[in-house]
Amino acid sequence: MEVLQREEGITAAISRLVEGIAKETSGEICLVGIRRRGDEVAERVAAGLKEQGRSIQMGVVDISLYRDDLQHLHRNPILKGSEIDFELEGAHIILVDDVLFTGRTIRAALDALSDYGRPCKVELAVLVDRGGRELPIAPQYVGLTIEPESSARVDVSLAKTDGKDEISVGKE
Amino acid sequence: MIARKDLLELATLSREEVEEILQQAEPMKRVFQRSVKKYPALKGKTVLMLFYEPSTRTLSSFEGAAKRVGADVTVFDVPSSSVVKGESVRDTVATLQAMQADYIVVRHQMPGLPGRIAAMTKASVISAGDGAHAHPTQGLLDAYTLREIYGSSSDGKKVLIVGDIRHSRVARSTSAVLTKLGYQVAFLGPGSLVPDVPGITRFTNFEDAWAWSPEVFYLLRVQKERQGHQFFPSVGEYHKLYGITEARFNRIAAEGKWVMHPGPVNRGVELCDAVMEYERCLIDRQVENGVAVRMAVLYSLKPAVDGEASLGASGILA
Repeated sequence: MEVLQREEGITAAISRLVEGIAKETSGEICLVGIRRRGDEVAERVAAGLKEQGRSIQMGVVDISLYRDDLQHLHRNPILKGSEIDFELEGAHIILVDDVLFTGRTIRAALDALSDYGRPCKVELAVLVDRGGRELPIAPQYVGLTIEPESSARVDVSLAKTDGKDEISVGKE
Repeated sequence: MIARKDLLELATLSREEVEEILQQAEPMKRVFQRSVKKYPALKGKTVLMLFYEPSTRTLSSFEGAAKRVGADVTVFDVPSSSVVKGESVRDTVATLQAMQADYIVVRHQMPGLPGRIAAMTKASVISAGDGAHAHPTQGLLDAYTLREIYGSSSDGKKVLIVGDIRHSRVARSTSAVLTKLGYQVAFLGPGSLVPDVPGITRFTNFEDAWAWSPEVFYLLRVQKERQGHQFFPSVGEYHKLYGITEARFNRIAAEGKWVMHPGPVNRGVELCDAVMEYERCLIDRQVENGVAVRMAVLYSLKPAVDGEASLGASGILA
């Protein structure tokens, strides 16, 4: 695996997300992180937005039950569950994930969200966009764009979840 | 770790596997509070209910669970089906296979029958009670209900299971899972109905059991159909000796002990009316948790894939 970014690079990518969201949105927004690591990205983005005095609701979505590949797995992912404790009806949601690849995770997250209610708007913020979409899904906010081979593996480690900040690319 | 195909008993599950199911029951339970009360995980899958023994409660609990994880449910109406006309189990399974079931929930009076069906089909088989052998989802829902109370500090907590232990699959499954999770379990009942089980304290007298200071009283249902066997003199006598009488209930309530029962309750036999209103009576919670736990079980099992031997590495047999 080749290390592309460390702490500095990730901090810069988070700042880019914070700036983008601050500029393009107003009023209350709800950051919903996708388990796992999307929730940590969401927390760090929220911290940046709060410094600017923005009012933020936080949530976490677990897409395990909404994946489109469950029947191809030998074992279903361990379910941790979603935590959406605010009223979703009419809310302005920004889904947050670490890496955007095929878009299938986001499709599942959208389905999961819609079972809680009908938000007025849903946007997407990702720490890393690595291309390779298999569904018509596009992010509004991107921390870092990379273009690895389509078969490459992109790993994101985050301080709280993994003990260090790092983005690396390698062969699958 | 590879997923299991079947759930036939709890004795063969590791503590980790049990805890994994219980953990996942928690997010499953949260779906009850949502506006859309179901998940799509088993979308397009069929769960077949094969109940050779009547049980409205277990059947509807499984049915609710299957629907809430997105599956379609077919109830195989056994009493009126050809099974009673002498069709063999193998023929029935062939029929079921033709119905393309992905999961089969079986209740039967013959111990070990779900295991035999499991060996004959690619579908995941779950025992919903087979004779006096096992009732694994009951054990899991009991463990989950106590987990809501004790969290991770269940080690050494004392649970007294009262009744006809010998003929009870509930006693067997619930005691198996609770001892696995670190609880201390004791049995209380008429001497002839309380077997000696290694690691489980045995009482035949209520006062002796009370002196052991259990935190939880788990009353088994008196099986009226076994009355003919004369294991105990009469229902009234049973209540006096082993039931939660008014007097015993006052002592239980004074010390804040918990009461459980797998349902349906025979009022005035296992327990007096007042227990049903008691705030530490967990019977309704057991019913609610039954759905969540069965959702977690359905989610964690994996039917065999075409071309794989039906038992593979994932199968277990009773």
